Amino acid sequence: MSVIIILLCVSFLISLGFLFSFFWSVKDGQYDDSVSPANKILFDTKNIKNVKK
Amino acid sequence: MHTSRLATKCYHCGNEFQVNKHHSSDEKTFCCSGCKSVYELLNENNLCNYYELNEHPGQFIQKEIRKEKYAFLEDPKIQVQLIQFQNKNFTHLTFYIPQIHCSSCLFLLENIYKFDSGIISSYVNFERKEVFIQFNNEKTSLRNVVETLEKIGYEPHLSLKGFESSPQAYDKALLYKIGFAGFAFANIMIYSLADYFAVQDPIEAKLDLLFKYFSLILSIPVLLYSASDFFRSAANSLKQRYINIDVPIALALIITFSKSVYEISTQSGSGYLDSMAGIVFFMLLGRWMQSKTISSLSFDRNFRNFFPIAVNKLVDGKGVPTLISELQEKDIFQIHSQEIIPVDCILSKGIAKLDYSFVNGESDIHEASIGELIYAGARQTGSKIELITLKPLSQNYLNNLWNNPRYNKKENSGFQILFDKIALYFTIGVLLLGFGSFAYFYFQGEYQLMWNALTTVLIVACPCALLLSQTYTYGHILNLFQKNKFFIRNAEVISALSEIKHIVFDKTGTITEIGNSSVKYFGRKLKPQEMENIYSILSNSMHPASQNVLSYLNQKEAKFIEHFKETLGSGIEAWIDDQHYKMGSVQFVGTQSQTDIMGTKIVVAIDQEIVGEFVIETPYKKGIKALFQKLTKQFKLSILTGDNDRERDNLKKLVSEETELKFYQSPEQKMNYIQQLQEQKSVPVMMVGDGLNDAGALLQSHVGVAVMNQANSFTPSSDAIIASDSLDKLDSLIQLSAKSKSIINYTFIISAIYNLTGLYYAIQGTLSPVIAAILMPISSISIIGISYFWSRYSAKILGLKIN
Repeated sequence: MSVIIILLCVSFLISLGFLFSFFWSVKDGQYDDSVSPANKILFDTKNIKNVKK
Repeated sequence: MHTSRLATKCYHCGNEFQVNKHHSSDEKTFCCSGCKSVYELLNENNLCNYYELNEHPGQFIQKEIRKEKYAFLEDPKIQVQLIQFQNKNFTHLTFYIPQIHCSSCLFLLENIYKFDSGIISSYVNFERKEVFIQFNNEKTSLRNVVETLEKIGYEPHLSLKGFESSPQAYDKALLYKIGFAGFAFANIMIYSLADYFAVQDPIEAKLDLLFKYFSLILSIPVLLYSASDFFRSAANSLKQRYINIDVPIALALIITFSKSVYEISTQSGSGYLDSMAGIVFFMLLGRWMQSKTISSLSFDRNFRNFFPIAVNKLVDGKGVPTLISELQEKDIFQIHSQEIIPVDCILSKGIAKLDYSFVNGESDIHEASIGELIYAGARQTGSKIELITLKPLSQNYLNNLWNNPRYNKKENSGFQILFDKIALYFTIGVLLLGFGSFAYFYFQGEYQLMWNALTTVLIVACPCALLLSQTYTYGHILNLFQKNKFFIRNAEVISALSEIKHIVFDKTGTITEIGNSSVKYFGRKLKPQEMENIYSILSNSMHPASQNVLSYLNQKEAKFIEHFKETLGSGIEAWIDDQHYKMGSVQFVGTQSQTDIMGTKIVVAIDQEIVGEFVIETPYKKGIKALFQKLTKQFKLSILTGDNDRERDNLKKLVSEETELKFYQSPEQKMNYIQQLQEQKSVPVMMVGDGLNDAGALLQSHVGVAVMNQANSFTPSSDAIIASDSLDKLDSLIQLSAKSKSIINYTFIISAIYNLTGLYYAIQGTLSPVIAAILMPISSISIIGISYFWSRYSAKILGLKIN
């Protein structure tokens, strides 16, 4: 029985971790703009090449 | 007179232009020197990736950039209004740049530091079309930054604090609530599953109880925090003595929770906490979807947004940048080409060619002479002029018009009330059913079942399904509208749209393209002598069409004509050089038109011989005729315009006979016309317009739709904004909103079937928590799925874009 209680506590703590990471992402403004981050990743690398020239 | 078919696309902006006029650089062709210079600038800075990411990403550079245009940005008083943060070294600010539209824009704006070493960083928010810029005060200035942006074709829209109502920001608190409800729902579900499938074992009974108390603890914040909006809204509506949909929801939540507490504490059952957390989660999710309107558009605009921030005031012959709100009576100021005149004033120097189309809907350019009164809101299309202020900004004509209390009145359009009425009947029905079964078991003497039946009926018949079907369907339709470039203020507009019976259109800018009507000549080539004669005769005519032909012929001098006769509205006859000239409408000259181009026609006959005709082409938007044909089948139409009635005959060809056409309408008259329709015929009216002159009518109507002519143009305050090239889909869009009603009804019925199944057990008092726990998510998920696929399917059938 005690095994299950430990399991319960651990799983609860893990899900709590996800909840707080979600809160963090909202607070950080990850949902402000859903278009640009995906694009920014793409042209960043090419950009560095240009700088090195 | 034939235009060359050899056209090619500009490498920068994608505009088509004729090959013989091109500008080129590096084997690439450009339509104008402006586009070319942007390319060269990018090339110099190694930013030609811009052109690789998207084809023709650039903005057409229409005008020469005036050197002193942004001189006013050096005034600290103006700077303060724009800057968010400033210390000795750094300045932070955000620009709104309506031109942002693709990943190339993103790329260029985030690399803007390459043009100006003083810019430390720039960060683009694509959805809001904003750029956040940090720059170093010592290396660059606000003016330089703005000028750099303008040079590459991204001229920011500058507006002073307090004048711009910022676009709706999304509600972060709602996201937190959804997050927590989802977290609690998942955890409670896991604990409950263990409970449902546990074998009755005395050793595990303690563990079972532990799970239940754990669920109970988790569900308290769901009720008090996540679901708090439902309680608040329910309390508000009760205070105002009416019942909205949140009242039965709040009631159901309270009963579900208290019954679960009772069952768990007396160990008589497992409660319905999993269902409660789940339903709160799904309902909040639905509200979130429904509230996702586009964040880069502002639906509440004050007319001041259309004005420049500052003008050059002349003090001792020198231009001093001055805020328009600080212009005093008798101040002299300059207005340059394409700028809007901010105050009522008198022309003192230069040639004013004014475009009043935005203010009163007149499409003709008005040429003002020196000393003439000019009203605020006119756009100067000629070159630089000097003006004397007559009244300060706060007292001008537009301001007075705007402050008319009727402009600020916006009644509750009644559709939410309709929905709340359904909620009321629903609540009454459920209460009757609950107490009915309560009474039934009471008289049967089954006291235990009696309480059970009452509470479970209230729990299972929760109006949540009603709310879910509404919010999700509206959410999907909102999304579909946006894909078709139709943006609405909020989800309530959807149901208002479906009620519309009468549609009123504005003409100038709404169904016609903005800009001068173009004149074309068809027929045999005119001799120079004849051109001169035609010019001389027409210069005697007062008809606006003659004025257009005059500017087309562009002759130096008009000869004096002794004998001429003008028949008002049809044409003019004259004798000149022993020749008889007859010019005017097709009927007047007595012939048939040889061209099928829409527009006003002036046929020319010399000595009874038809020589040719001038066609003043009205640039009606593409698909307008087809749109009107489709709309007349379902709606009554009217066209109101501030313009003259020259277009009457052409408009008649576009619309059916019952359509009312009204010309010379002032903004006030337009508003009154809508009000009359609403009061006398009591029909819901939709107004489609674009300019400030329609602003009153847009507000007065049930649904005001503003037409956005360019991605970066500004629209007056309205309920919805439609892109100009989507206007021909207006009928399909209205039909889709009408369809939403049946989608909501049917999804509600489907989910009600699940609920009725539950109710069947509930009334008997034998609803097991397992069944409740299975019914709840199935019913919610089927609502979401059905409304999603159905609304997409409807949109597809109506010929709308769905991806």
